[in-house]
Formats: sequence, structure tokens, C-alpha cells
Amino acid sequence: MCLAIVGHIQSIQGSKAKVNYNGNILQAELGIVEAKEGDYILIHAGCAIEVLTKAKALELEDLFKELQEAFNE
Amino acid sequence: MSKMQQILTYLKNYDSKPVKLMEVCGTHTSAIAKSGIRSLLSPKIQLCSGPGCPVCVTPKAYIDKLCEYAEAPDTVVATFGDMIRVPGSQLSLAEVKARGGKIEIFYSPFEMIQKAIDHKEITYIIAAVGFETTTPLYALMIDQLIERGITNIKFLTALKGMIPILEVLCTSEHTLDGFIAPGHVSAIIGSDAYSLLASHFHKPFAVAGFSPEEVILSIYDLIKQIECDKHEVHNLYPEVVKPLGNLKAQRLIEKYFKTAHTHWRGIGEVEGSGLYLRAEYKNFDADSQLSISEEKVPLDCKCQEVIRGRIQSSECKLFGTSCTPEHPVGPCMISGEGACGIWFREGGKAC
Repeated sequence: MCLAIVGHIQSIQGSKAKVNYNGNILQAELGIVEAKEGDYILIHAGCAIEVLTKAKALELEDLFKELQEAFNE
Repeated sequence: MSKMQQILTYLKNYDSKPVKLMEVCGTHTSAIAKSGIRSLLSPKIQLCSGPGCPVCVTPKAYIDKLCEYAEAPDTVVATFGDMIRVPGSQLSLAEVKARGGKIEIFYSPFEMIQKAIDHKEITYIIAAVGFETTTPLYALMIDQLIERGITNIKFLTALKGMIPILEVLCTSEHTLDGFIAPGHVSAIIGSDAYSLLASHFHKPFAVAGFSPEEVILSIYDLIKQIECDKHEVHNLYPEVVKPLGNLKAQRLIEKYFKTAHTHWRGIGEVEGSGLYLRAEYKNFDADSQLSISEEKVPLDCKCQEVIRGRIQSSECKLFGTSCTPEHPVGPCMISGEGACGIWFREGGKAC
């Protein structure tokens, strides 16, 4: 529940974004961040909680995947 | 020698006063275990886990109530997956599901909005568990439910605030010398939220990210603060955590929720630590204010000592013998973010 993921916004409609996560397209709520198309966002349970720089996003993306694998082991 | 190498050498050779630091959040516990950070530290630096896994601190009475809803007519319980194996006083949600209870698992609670629109005859009970990171999601959801006139979603809340429980730990656990503050709770509440605790209880806080380097840096920061008799809040995750946090999220929490006492499994009642829907939004509440007396703890289970940082998981005599992820006895073994489960999965590296 607590582990976040990093998504790359492909498009925005209203308060919802379509984001690329690991090659899959997911929906994320943007209600508590100011984000635009092309931004990287930190997503918690389907809701963006912060906008990230690209460098931080790429770093966190790998890290959270590793931690997710550890949780699933 | 690089700065990181200097820090690692310092932490390995540290030979001053023994210190005990608590990583509050389960994701930090996992990051520490996975990267083997303990093996890089002097024996005089001890890391212990805290109450930062929401599944582990959710009381049995809450699970019981979800089980009741799952068996009620025209009602479906919707939950994060890590809740379903947590035992209530009689059964877990998984066991209730096996005997016909109606339970759906979501990745995001927003998934339930379309289901509620498609099945107006069903009331969906959302198992709203979590800390400040998760609470704004439910607030946003209620915004959307009101806007779309959806009335067949209700929330059984077990939402908790981090600051009141840290205050309990600062008051009662005198062996704790400093805290690695949770990264994503801090993204919402802000690093400044810990300032009063730091100054009042003379405990340093470091807000940390989750990479091995960030965690090591936070440990180093706390040790240096302790050595210099400082008790400040240092934000070492500034790309994600702002001093004042996410103000939009805070406003939403304030709009829909009020604070009151709530029960933490293994700790008991904590004043002001629960987040409940305000009276004007009671129509979205699934009777969340539970009356909970002292809960029975399984014989010899030490989860309540683990989440207070009093012992390490491996010091519990059930750990790895009668309590394993396949056959968990206590909540800290069940959840992916629980300290005992993490210690067990990471084996030697954690220990």
C-alpha cells in the first residue's frame, strides 16, 4: 500500500492523467499536484503526490521497482 | 577518498556513545534490510523499526467490522491487497472471502467509482487505511463522489496521523536517540511538521529518501547531530519533501477530516491520532468510530515491542519458527511493509 511508483504523464484530461509506468499505461489522479503533460510524477495508490525532476524520477523508478520486488518475494 | 567513503568509514568505526535510531516507515525498513546497511555500521549504532506500517497497527476490531460488511447483503468490501490476510479476532478477510464474503482488491480506491456507477444496487465499503500519504486520496474521492452524485460508496476509516504517535514514542521510549522520518508522509505534512517534536523532546529528525546512499546519509546526519547535542529537523529528501509539505493535500484533509483518538494495534489509544470524516460528510462514513477495548495479543507475539523499537524482530521467540510469512502469528509478519516480514525475507542481510 505504501510503496510509491513513478509515472511519466502522456496526456491529461480534467483531473486525470494517463501515465507511462514501466511500459504500461495507468491512470493517475492529479488533484493535489500542479502537473502538465511530459512531467514525471510520484504516484501513491493511483494519486500523484509530487512532481519530480526527470533525473530524480529515473533514479526513483529503479529504486521503487527493486523495493517492490523485495516486498513481493 | 570520496565523501561517501568517508561517511561509511566514520559509521563503521564509530566508537562513541551507543545510539539507537528509529526508522519509522516500513519502506525504509525494507530499504535498510535489502541493502544490508546494518552490516556497514558500528555495533554502537542500532537501527530499529517503528509503527509506520499502517496494516500492522490496524486493530482487530476494524478487521472484524470489514468481515461483517463482507457478509452483509448487497455490500462489497473493497481494500488494498495487503489487508486481506490480517487476522481479526476470529477471521481474516481472506477467510471470509473463501466462505463467500464479497471482497474486491484494488490498486487504487478510485477504481471503485466506476464499479459503484455500474452497480447502484451494491454499497461499496472502502477499507480506508493509511497515514497522511493516503488520506488525501480519500478526500479527493469524496470530492468526486459529491460532484457526480454517487452515494453507494462509504468509507470505513482507520486513518492515522504520524505526529501524535511520534509524540507517544518520544514520551515513552527513552532509549530512542533520533528518527529517520518517513519520506512520503513527509511529502504531505512537510519536514517542518517535526520541528516541535525535535525541540520539545530534544530528538533529531532526518527526513530521508529510500536509496542506500540517502539512508546512510540520514544515519550520519543523526549521529553528527547527537554528537553535537543538536536536535534539529534536516530534510535530506528535498526533491520530494518541502518544508511545508503539500498544502493542497493538507487543505483537502482539513476539509473532510477531523482528528480524534484512535486505537493502534500493539500500542493502544492515542489521542488526536485518528482521522475521521467530519459530521457534514457522515453519509460517506461506514460507522468508523469503533469502541475498542484492550486487544488480546497472541501468546508470545512481540509485535507490540517491535513497533515501539524495544526489540528487533529476530528477538521474538516465534520469529522464523512458528511465525513466518506463510503462517504469520502477528501483524508485523503479514504485511509486505511489516518489520518482521521484511526481516524474515531479507534473512541474514537484515540481521
